Amino acid sequence: MAVVRWFKRHFVVIAGLLTLGYLLLPNVIVTVFSFNKPKGRFNYEWQQFSLDAWKQPCGVADMCGSLSISLQIAVWATIGATLLGTMIAFALVRYRFRARGAINSLIFLPMAMPEVVMAASLLTLFLNMGAQLGFYTILIAHIMFCLSFVVTAVKARVMSMDPRLEEAARDLYAGPVQTFVRVTLPIAAPGIAAGALLSFALSFDDFIITNFNAGSTVTFPMFVWGSAQRGTPVQINVIGTAMFLVAVLLVLFSMVITNRRNKVKA
Amino acid sequence: MNTKDNSGDVRLSGISKTYDNGFTAVQPLDLTVPQGSFFALLGASGCGKTTTLRMIAGLEEPSSGTVHLGDQEVTNLPPYKRPVNTVFQSYALFPHLDIFENVAFGLRRRGIKSVKQQVVDMLDLVQLGEQARKKPHQLSGGQQQRVAVARALINHPKVLLLDEPLGALDLKLRRQMQLELKRIQTEVGITFIHVTHDQEEAMTMADTVAVMNAGRVEQLGSPSDLYENPNTTFVANFLGTSNLIEAEVDSKSGDEIILKAGGGKLVLPEARCSAPTTTGGKVLVGVRPEKITLTPADDAGEIPAGRNRITGKIADSSFIGVSTQYVIDSPVCPEFEVYAQNIDRDARLRPGADVVLHWNPAHTFGLDAAQDIDAGVDIEEEAA
Repeated sequence: MAVVRWFKRHFVVIAGLLTLGYLLLPNVIVTVFSFNKPKGRFNYEWQQFSLDAWKQPCGVADMCGSLSISLQIAVWATIGATLLGTMIAFALVRYRFRARGAINSLIFLPMAMPEVVMAASLLTLFLNMGAQLGFYTILIAHIMFCLSFVVTAVKARVMSMDPRLEEAARDLYAGPVQTFVRVTLPIAAPGIAAGALLSFALSFDDFIITNFNAGSTVTFPMFVWGSAQRGTPVQINVIGTAMFLVAVLLVLFSMVITNRRNKVKA
Repeated sequence: MNTKDNSGDVRLSGISKTYDNGFTAVQPLDLTVPQGSFFALLGASGCGKTTTLRMIAGLEEPSSGTVHLGDQEVTNLPPYKRPVNTVFQSYALFPHLDIFENVAFGLRRRGIKSVKQQVVDMLDLVQLGEQARKKPHQLSGGQQQRVAVARALINHPKVLLLDEPLGALDLKLRRQMQLELKRIQTEVGITFIHVTHDQEEAMTMADTVAVMNAGRVEQLGSPSDLYENPNTTFVANFLGTSNLIEAEVDSKSGDEIILKAGGGKLVLPEARCSAPTTTGGKVLVGVRPEKITLTPADDAGEIPAGRNRITGKIADSSFIGVSTQYVIDSPVCPEFEVYAQNIDRDARLRPGADVVLHWNPAHTFGLDAAQDIDAGVDIEEEAA
């Protein structure tokens, strides 16, 4: 009976920990195997601890080149999608115009459509236009599918914003530009940031659409996929672990900043 | 009061607002609010009072007419160029800025560099000096309300506009803030224009009240003037409670009008009648419930002569401490309301008892019978 009671009392914690474990186990495996020294070309079995891969992260031919391309595309796609998406979101929330309802639903289509279909369609489009496949076709495709996510994130934020806040700013001697910079933008910022982060993550690890429209350009996900046929270098795990660490550090950093700010104020 | 300074006068001439969908929120309106006064726009929701306020602030563009502040015409000035500030309904404090920065906002936008001392002084005035580094959501409703007032007042506007500023507070706090706002207004001497649907709030705080209905000002005057001498059934019913009786003009004697109502006669001072009075014509006779005395029918002989009297039967009575409220069933008015102070309670005044209602004729007012007798009844509950 005592066991049952204990279980009942801690059920939420246990369920939470199990879910967290389920979510993070893959990351743990990736990290552990980044310290492996595999015998053959495949990094699937634990052999022995080694720092070789961490010492030479670019030791595999072409890998760091593809990583740099992926990062560049992700940065530009994030900037493009965030700028356009934020403007679209504001237009959709703030103004009444023809086809507003239609645009509101059409903007969701890229999220709902199977990626393969979109990839194939885009390829058809680029080929028919005679566009040269490569960095720019990938960038255009990424901006397109990131756009929906940014619009959704920013729209939710702008919609929940009290229109009286901007009126209050105008009432307090802020002109249109000042009102936007001092009030509208800071309040919409969390939505914009969420959209931008989502865009970066989506763009960085997109494979299907990229693969169709890349021509001879090779991004990091394509490199990993390609190398998986012939063998998986430990360096892939190193890059994966590093990305994970950067993300965790960013989250911790922002938490510390918020905590400190609240402490100073209290 | 103020000799020559009229820079805080607000003059609206022929101002109106019709929205794109054809709805007219404000009918052409002339209104002058003198410098330094506490002015209330009172009305139910949708009567155009907030739209009028927003046109003064510049947040709404009038369809016709002009807005003057003192001698300056501001009709076409954007809100950020008008020397007017607003305390918004639900305050509209900037959630991303702390209290200090909220209050400093107006000063900073006008390029004033040394804001610290002013902000500290202003926060002290509203007793929030300790809270300067908190965010708005960390404050209580009453505190947020005071920040909103401080944020507007620090700019020394010519006119302060208040849009239902106390609507979100509970009753006790609302009473407290009413006095607080009144104190601040007296202290700073700025013109306050206060929009509210709460008639008690308007009467407690304002020197002058304009009662609005369906985009028009029904009547304008001091609270006691509006209460004692309503000009329309709407004002009579919206401000407090009125008993209205339909009556026929019988004759005139001196400055008094003699009226016939349900077989009896009532006297109405001519000066208190806003309706045309030709013999044989109809008027509505009104009397406030607290002006009436109830006497049991047995003692009818003791009622002094010269008082207006009506007979009836007590339908209901409710004891509410300071007074007892009776509902009287009478041939001239089905639900006559009478409020009696609980000084000497007559045990015979029970539901079912026959009574005589009588009052001093000077407390009678007359209204045009060509209006809806129930205008303004119960509107307050809908709006609240």
